[in-house]
Order: sequence, then structure tokens, then C-alpha cells
Amino acid sequence: MEMMLLLFVLVLSIFLGFELINKVPSTLHTPLMSGANAISGITLVGAILSSGGDSSSITIALGTVAVFLASLNVVGGYLVTNRMLRMFKKK
Amino acid sequence: MILEALQNNTFINLSYILASVLFIFGLKMLSSPDTAQRGNFVSSLGMLLAVVVTLLSKEIVSFQFIFLGLIGGGAVGAIAALRIKMTSMPELVALLNGFGGASSLLVASAELFALTTSNLVAMIAIGIATIIGGVTFSGSLIAFGKLSEIMPGKPYLFIGQKILTGLIILLLLLLLFQFCSGIFFAEILFGFDWINEQYALILLIALSLLLGILLAIPIGGADMPVIIALLNSYSGLAACAAGFVIGNNVLIVAGSLVGASGLILTNIMCKAMNRSLLNVLFGGFGATDSSSSSGEGKVQGDVKPINIADSYLILEAASSVLIVPGYGMAVSQAQHSVRELGELLQDNGCEVKYAIHPVAGRMPGHMNVLLAEANVSYDVLVEPQDVNPIMDTIDVCIVIGANDVVNPDAREDESSPIYGMPVIEVDRAKTVFVLKRSMASGFAGIQNSLFFKQNTRMLFGDAKESVSGLVSEFKS
Repeated sequence: MEMMLLLFVLVLSIFLGFELINKVPSTLHTPLMSGANAISGITLVGAILSSGGDSSSITIALGTVAVFLASLNVVGGYLVTNRMLRMFKKK
Repeated sequence: MILEALQNNTFINLSYILASVLFIFGLKMLSSPDTAQRGNFVSSLGMLLAVVVTLLSKEIVSFQFIFLGLIGGGAVGAIAALRIKMTSMPELVALLNGFGGASSLLVASAELFALTTSNLVAMIAIGIATIIGGVTFSGSLIAFGKLSEIMPGKPYLFIGQKILTGLIILLLLLLLFQFCSGIFFAEILFGFDWINEQYALILLIALSLLLGILLAIPIGGADMPVIIALLNSYSGLAACAAGFVIGNNVLIVAGSLVGASGLILTNIMCKAMNRSLLNVLFGGFGATDSSSSSGEGKVQGDVKPINIADSYLILEAASSVLIVPGYGMAVSQAQHSVRELGELLQDNGCEVKYAIHPVAGRMPGHMNVLLAEANVSYDVLVEPQDVNPIMDTIDVCIVIGANDVVNPDAREDESSPIYGMPVIEVDRAKTVFVLKRSMASGFAGIQNSLFFKQNTRMLFGDAKESVSGLVSEFKS
């Protein structure tokens, strides 16, 4: 039953995603992409749970590398998006 | 007491819902120029919230490795983001994208080793997260290599490539079935009793990495925006699949939002080239040489070169100028000189606009980023459909290192491979200057009849030098 709920959430959020961003001016294509990319670093949540959990050392090792890569993705993604958006100005 | 309340699962899940809402608002605001910067901030707050409440979770018993990864990754990410030159933006975006995919792959693998009871649903999720994560990772690395010119940017094709790709997809599906069902053909057929899920996982990772490579190497320079947008979508889907692995809604919501936004961008890029996604992925466009795709006999007339002094005289008298940048502007890093020229023209009483084709450059929005870096206001940037109707009223179009996106054959020559592609119809302006290094054909390997039109003047040379030359003419 839990699986069904997750699937339910999946389907609804895909539709939400399409509705949310259906018209983007081309000025924002790159920031939207890198900003969305930062959001995809949400996998960090799963990485943290693997890295700090009470489990085998291999899980902890894989989890820690995952935390490293996901934090790189998240921090790098948000900062670089912000840097770009700061340049987009109307004069 | 308070800590216990915070560690409560209900609290954590409520925070995840709030984080999802912040992502949704953040993305919504990111799609409009006035609110974009705040949107990015809102979405980063959502991420911070999700990470902090996860750290409170009771499942976590030790923090040293988490902080090691968080601080290490965060520091590297911050340094890369703040140090990178704006011109290197496409490769950074590709690289970060790949790391996101790799992270989802690792989360899925870690979960396999943590699994105590065999659970079909978890195995399916682990398998799918591994495949999408692996394809995203290796595909993004190839894209990174091509964009940073570590690898040649040309499409790389070999005989039987499609068959090999098809075979690998088939193998992946077979392996996925075995991985999930626990029925291993190698055990049944050859008596390999040592084979188990963990070996299968390693094989699954290897095959998906290979698939990512095979999907990315046939993509050539001008098709890069499509594959970048597609990989962006994959990184979201990988996070989404990882969400199924650990049964976490916030990963599913955030991942599918990214998946959807990446697909929308991919679709915009494909439409801008009038090609289907399948054609982009497997067409190997641009690998054909010019003689086979377009007869040389069709090109009529002579090319009319012009020098800087004469171009200056025409520009000086113009009352409306349209600048059309392409990848050549990025290569010669001419954006600052272009902005200077635009300002001088404006001071001269001329109306200046920049027309940007969605697939100009190597990633979606590439030209916009470069011009923004050079301080060009975004309200003078226009899209093809806005400028084409008023093209007849424009005195001079300056095409800077763009080729296929201004090719009139897209409207006039039904036999052209790019026929039907929406282009910027610069040839309808009174005069067209084409800044170009030589007469070599564009990425698509097709002749451009624009160069032979009556109203076209070719200004040969490096784009930056030519534009700087015009700038100094205006100043003198």
C-alpha cells in the first residue's frame, strides 16, 4: 500500500512539474536548468541516511561518497545559479 | 524532550512537505525573470530544511562521515561555482548534473547492501535508480568532455553503433529482470553458483555507464543543448527513483519536478530544430560531409566580402540594427566587444536588439548567459518569433558566428536537411553582415545560401577582432 502512495505522489508531481514550467523565456533556460539541477541533489537526503545509519561499512562508505557528490551538486548548483541570475538585469 | 519531539517522524515528514512546497514555489518563480533570483533562494531554503530535518532523524547514529561528505562536497561545490568563468558554464552544468546522477546511483547501491530481507519493490527501485543514475553520470561526463574540449566535439559514430546500443538496452532489461527476481540465467545455464544480487548490481552499473557513453558520443556540437537538457531531466528521474528506494516522498516530488522541467526544455530545444528527440539521439546529425547533404551546384552568385571601414559607414547610417550571436561569439569570446558596439550604435541614435535562437550555442540559454555577463540588458534580447515579423524594417543584421540558425534554406530549399527548422530570417533585412572566420560550412555540414544573397556582406576574420575594429572606428 505504501508503494501505491509513492506512485500516486510520483504521477501527481510529474503533472505538476509540466504545468508549473510550461512557458519559460529563453533568457532563463540556463538558470532554470542549473537551478533544477541543484534541486535534483535532493538525493542528498538518502545519502545522509546511508552514510550515518547503523549498517555495514560498505553502506556507510557508499553513502559517504554519495553525500560528497550530492553536496557538491547542491551547493555548486545553487551558488552558480545565483551568480548567473545576479547578472540578468534590466537596465 | 524538545529533541524527542523534533525526532518524531511526523515532524520530519511535515518538514518534508514544507520542503516540497518550497521547491514548487522556487521552480515556479525561477521561470520568470523578475522573480528568478528569489525563486532560487526559496528552493535552496527547501533543500536546507530537508537536509537539517534528515540529520535529526533517529536512524542516524554517527555524524562524522556525514559531515565529512557535506563539508568536503560543499566546499568543492562552492569553490567551483564561485571561481568558474561564465564562458565555462556549459561544462560546469554538465558536470554537476553528472554528480547528481552518480549520487543517486550510490544511494541505491548502498541500500542494496543494507537490505536485510528480500523485497521485490525495493529491488526494482534499486535497479532503476542504478540504471538512470549510471546513464546520467557517464553521459554527463562525456558531455563535459565535449564542452570543455577535452574530447573532440564532433559526433562520434561507428558501424553497428545503433545495434550495440540496442543490445545493451536489451541486456540491461534482462539483467534488471534477473536482479529483481533473483533468478539468474548464468546460474541456470552454466552453473555459476557464486552469482548473486551484488555481482548483478556491479554488472548493472557497468552496463548503464556504457549506455550513457554510447548515448552521448554520437551527439555533435550543435545538438549539445538537447542532450544537456535531457541529462538534466535524467538526473531528476534518478533522484526520483532513489526516492522509491528509500521510500521518501520529498525525493519523489523534487525529482519528478526536475524530470518534468528537463523534459520541457528538451522539447523546446527539439522544436527549435524541427527534429524529434529520437532523431537527435540517433541521427548523428552533422557527421555527414557537405557534398552528400547539399549539392554545391545549388549555390548561386558570388560571396561579397566587406572590410571594417566600409561596414562602419553602413552601420553609422543605420537606424535599426539586429545582432544575431551564435557559437562563434562564444568561441572568440567577443561578447564584451559586442556589447560595446551595441552601446556605441545606441549612442548614435540607432535601435539595437539582439535576436537569440533557442539552440544557438552549446546549452539552452548559452547566448543569454554570455550577453548577461557582458552586461547586456535582457529586455533587448528578443526571440525569433518576435523579430521575424518586423525583419523587413531592420537596416542591418550582424550575424556573429551563427550559421545554421540563420540559414534561409530552412524556408526555401525543401531538399535541405534543415528544411522546416524555425530560423531567424536575417536575409529579409536590408543588409546582412556575416562575421565569419572562413567559408567553412556550419556544424550541420550544409552550405548556407545566406552567404550568397544579394544583400549579404561577409566580414571575414576572428569575430572579436572584427567587432573591436568596428568599435574603434566608431570611437575615432
